[in-house]
Amino acid sequence: MSFVPDIQVICCHYTSQQILAESKEELRRDGLPENVTINRFACGGKIRETAILKAFEEGADGVCVVACEPDKCHNVMGSRRAAKRVEAVRRALAEMEVEPDRVMMFQLERGFHPDFVRAAEEMNDRVAGFGPSPFKEGGR
Amino acid sequence: MIVAERKPVNEIVEMIKDADRVLVLGCRGCVSVCSAGGQREVEILASLLRLGRMKEGGRLETIEATLVRQCDREYIDEMDKWDGEYDAVVSMACGVGVNFIANLRPGVRVYPAVNTTFYGGSAEQGVWSEQCAGCGNCVLHLTGGLCPVARCAKSLFNGPCGGSQNGRCEIHKDVPCIWQQIHDKLENLGRDDDLDAIAPIRDWRTAGHGGPRKAVREDLTV
Repeated sequence: MSFVPDIQVICCHYTSQQILAESKEELRRDGLPENVTINRFACGGKIRETAILKAFEEGADGVCVVACEPDKCHNVMGSRRAAKRVEAVRRALAEMEVEPDRVMMFQLERGFHPDFVRAAEEMNDRVAGFGPSPFKEGGR
Repeated sequence: MIVAERKPVNEIVEMIKDADRVLVLGCRGCVSVCSAGGQREVEILASLLRLGRMKEGGRLETIEATLVRQCDREYIDEMDKWDGEYDAVVSMACGVGVNFIANLRPGVRVYPAVNTTFYGGSAEQGVWSEQCAGCGNCVLHLTGGLCPVARCAKSLFNGPCGGSQNGRCEIHKDVPCIWQQIHDKLENLGRDDDLDAIAPIRDWRTAGHGGPRKAVREDLTV
């Protein structure tokens, strides 16, 4: 049986507003993989390293962080702060000899959901290639 | 402030490999200000250590806390409320904090989570630079307030060395030559005659070369 990763999308309110207005069925029709869960934060600036790490502790195989384009954050610096924190987590994963690409940052146009879906799909494909998270069942 | 930075996670994971319960202990002093060992960094490290243990197929229990400071007895005493709840302490304080816990709690296994790097200041957000070497014999009154011990790559007293070019250090091209800056500063202040004085050979015992240093203030002891 092929591996289906648990992908957690952590995103800001503004980039997810449009996509979360849709029903689950509509999201599937748009192409959002079923194994992707969306977690909405008030702003990219509120997405801390601990939120990403908690997702791994709770069984995620990959975490996809989505926030606004760097210069278009509703709260000015939120998306840039999120990108820095994603980078810090990626460094820590590398220190633990875990693929840094299990965490990726996407800075997308607000409310433009085809790109949002593509980001989730890209993350899904990438993590499916890595296999299960090494934090599960004592690694591989 | 004392500036520090977190050690690589895998090094800390290795230190605590035979502990199942760890107290991750931050400090609300200098390391909070330089974002190396305050409450936020404690939360991040605790999560990383749990993940590190999960990767090895085990489970790690963590207590996350910070003390007001780890360099005073009365604050170290606050650790006692977790007695019996941990196998080891991972201190996110500077090396002083780790030593204080080791001194005051001989039965406690304590490990450092950060590398203590230097005495410095925040040059801009997220950037710290060394300003003082704690050498125990301050000469800043002679050098326009700019330290040749900490900020000259060769710690020269009668500089510059001759290798600096265009006001930059020959060792680190991105660092200004502090002796160039000392000259400029004293000239601006109309004190350039001070530079004619030859600094004598220095006694480095005050800088720690004579063993651990100690300060006693008789007016404060009880």
